[in-house]
Amino acid sequence: MSEEKKVAIKKIQATGQMRKIMADYFYELDAAARDGSQKVAWCTSVGPAELLLSLGFKVYYPENHGAMLGATRLSNDYIPVANAIGYSPDICSYLTSDIGAFIKKETPLSKAYEGIEGVPKPDVLVFNTNQCRDVQDWLSWYSRELNVPLMGISTFRNIGEITDDVLEGIVHQIKALIPPLEKISGNKFDIDKFRESMALSRSCTELWKKVLETNAASPAPMSFFDATIHMGPAVVLRGSETAVQYYELLLAELEQRVKEGVGAVEGEKYRLYWEGMPIWGKLRDLSEFFIGLKTAVIASTYCNSWIFAAFDPADPFLSMARAYTEIFIVRDERFKEKYIEEMIRKFKLDGILFHDSKTCPNNSNNRYGMPERLEKRLNIPTLTINGDLNDLRCYSEEQAKTNIEAFIEQLEAK
Amino acid sequence: MRVKTQMEYFAGIDIGAAATKAIIIDDKQELLGHAVIDSGADFKAAAEEALAGARKSAALKTSDSVTIVSTGYGRRNVTRAYETKTEISCHARGSFHFFPHAHTLVDIGGQDSKIIKVDDAGKRTGFKMNRKCAAGTGAFLEEIAYRLRLKLDKLNELAGEATNDISIGSYCTVFTATEILARIREGARVADIVKGIFNSVIKRVIEMDPLDGPVVMTGGVVAHNPFLVTMFEKRIGRNIAVPPNPQLAGAFGAALYALESKGGINA
Repeated sequence: MSEEKKVAIKKIQATGQMRKIMADYFYELDAAARDGSQKVAWCTSVGPAELLLSLGFKVYYPENHGAMLGATRLSNDYIPVANAIGYSPDICSYLTSDIGAFIKKETPLSKAYEGIEGVPKPDVLVFNTNQCRDVQDWLSWYSRELNVPLMGISTFRNIGEITDDVLEGIVHQIKALIPPLEKISGNKFDIDKFRESMALSRSCTELWKKVLETNAASPAPMSFFDATIHMGPAVVLRGSETAVQYYELLLAELEQRVKEGVGAVEGEKYRLYWEGMPIWGKLRDLSEFFIGLKTAVIASTYCNSWIFAAFDPADPFLSMARAYTEIFIVRDERFKEKYIEEMIRKFKLDGILFHDSKTCPNNSNNRYGMPERLEKRLNIPTLTINGDLNDLRCYSEEQAKTNIEAFIEQLEAK
Repeated sequence: MRVKTQMEYFAGIDIGAAATKAIIIDDKQELLGHAVIDSGADFKAAAEEALAGARKSAALKTSDSVTIVSTGYGRRNVTRAYETKTEISCHARGSFHFFPHAHTLVDIGGQDSKIIKVDDAGKRTGFKMNRKCAAGTGAFLEEIAYRLRLKLDKLNELAGEATNDISIGSYCTVFTATEILARIREGARVADIVKGIFNSVIKRVIEMDPLDGPVVMTGGVVAHNPFLVTMFEKRIGRNIAVPPNPQLAGAFGAALYALESKGGINA
């Protein structure tokens, strides 16, 4: 293994357009919250966004804000603030970062977007526990603090087959949200508008899937680290024409890269799967580190989590229930292993890297023996690194990098 | 196989968190000299000093050049290294040199513990490293020795004198110190406490990964505390092989990589 060299990350040209649409999104949210022209709903990242959009809400996603706090490495200023008011350092560090920042009246939004002074004040808080219980606890804090109504969907977890009974229960819960949301928004529910936002989300998701699948090519045109940034619009702008147009642009650029044989990693030698949350404060650092090791991290559960193949405008309630329930994080170990196995085949991967994210148990899939089972069954090497999505107190840079480097040496000697 | 032209030497420098180890071998893999010093706060200086010590111990002339492979936490600080390798690869390589068959290597170093599996061809099939904390490492022993006001080199002897088993349950070094205080209050003997902390290290290591097949142990903790190996053997009910100079296994592996980088053994 040679010396760690300074390497450059290849810039994706569409990034400029992404910055613009994200800026527009935050300015519009800010304006709506200030002048009251539109009601603002806060929604968990895999919550019923399309329903909220159809009722005329501007939708803000606290998890996106959590990721911004992590990526800007401000989290570690804020997590202790939330810890001090009783929110344990062992629970979701998105939650603790975000609540800590709110208590300190600070946000990276005001640094990134001139004129924005704070996060947009919510009129309603809407969750789906398909991700974890922490999202509900997170929004509950704001509900108490700001005296804003809280409502949501409780999803079954750790399930294999998704039965009609499960979906009926979810459909019922989605429909039950409508009367209070109508009251808050002042708008009557319109099924056609709901179908329309579902159709746009569907187009967005299809394009995002195609974007991710360009990485089946060798060399892969986009790294996992790039993808975590470029999935921003798939999270916060789904249900809009803007997101669809953005992914058409990004897809064209990546397809061009594939055509020209341009990879995100020059001289790509190994291809890895990233299982688990990103380490937001170390995206650039790890991206460069892997480029130096000629290793492309090119597929992940995380980025795939915003592919909602089930969306069907013809049956918006049932298909939303299905789409938001059939995601990886909701499912049992058997489903997850089969899913990863399929990824290994599709992306021709040499190894799997599990990120054991200290404060995110539901996205740390190494904890119930999965790496050992996959190694044995698929004869694929795995590595687990310890870290966290936002809390860099839980990440040992030297330990992590030595482990990764040793893993690549193991692949080299294979 | 190469045609010998002139005498060639190969160095492995292992800059660990606690100690820096350097060794010199010749093109027949013979160990010619070595040095072990504290790593301190300047890894570059430690590497230079250890290399100078190893050269002297090997009686090399100033004009004799060596090909260096560096490893360990400070591996990138060795600017003269031909190549760097992780300590995981180097320990495995060093261990396989002495025990050329499939085995599980347990290395207990100053800052981390590793369990490394190698197959019959010497290829690594997997590895695990301790998580971030000091439990199960030399740093844990250092901290507890300090709290008990004991010299590190007395631990092995003391553990051997223990007559009672004391259980230390905590993962955490600070909590362990609290547990020890409780044992002292109860009148426990220091020797028994030391054996208890050896047992704690063993427990932390065993829970990292199953120990398949023959087991080899290396690292500074093993080098200075052979009684810990005896306890480990008792715990797993199997004999454990230890190479000569177990603290040098990583540096030896690095030197072997240096030799291989120049074409391998000269026969």
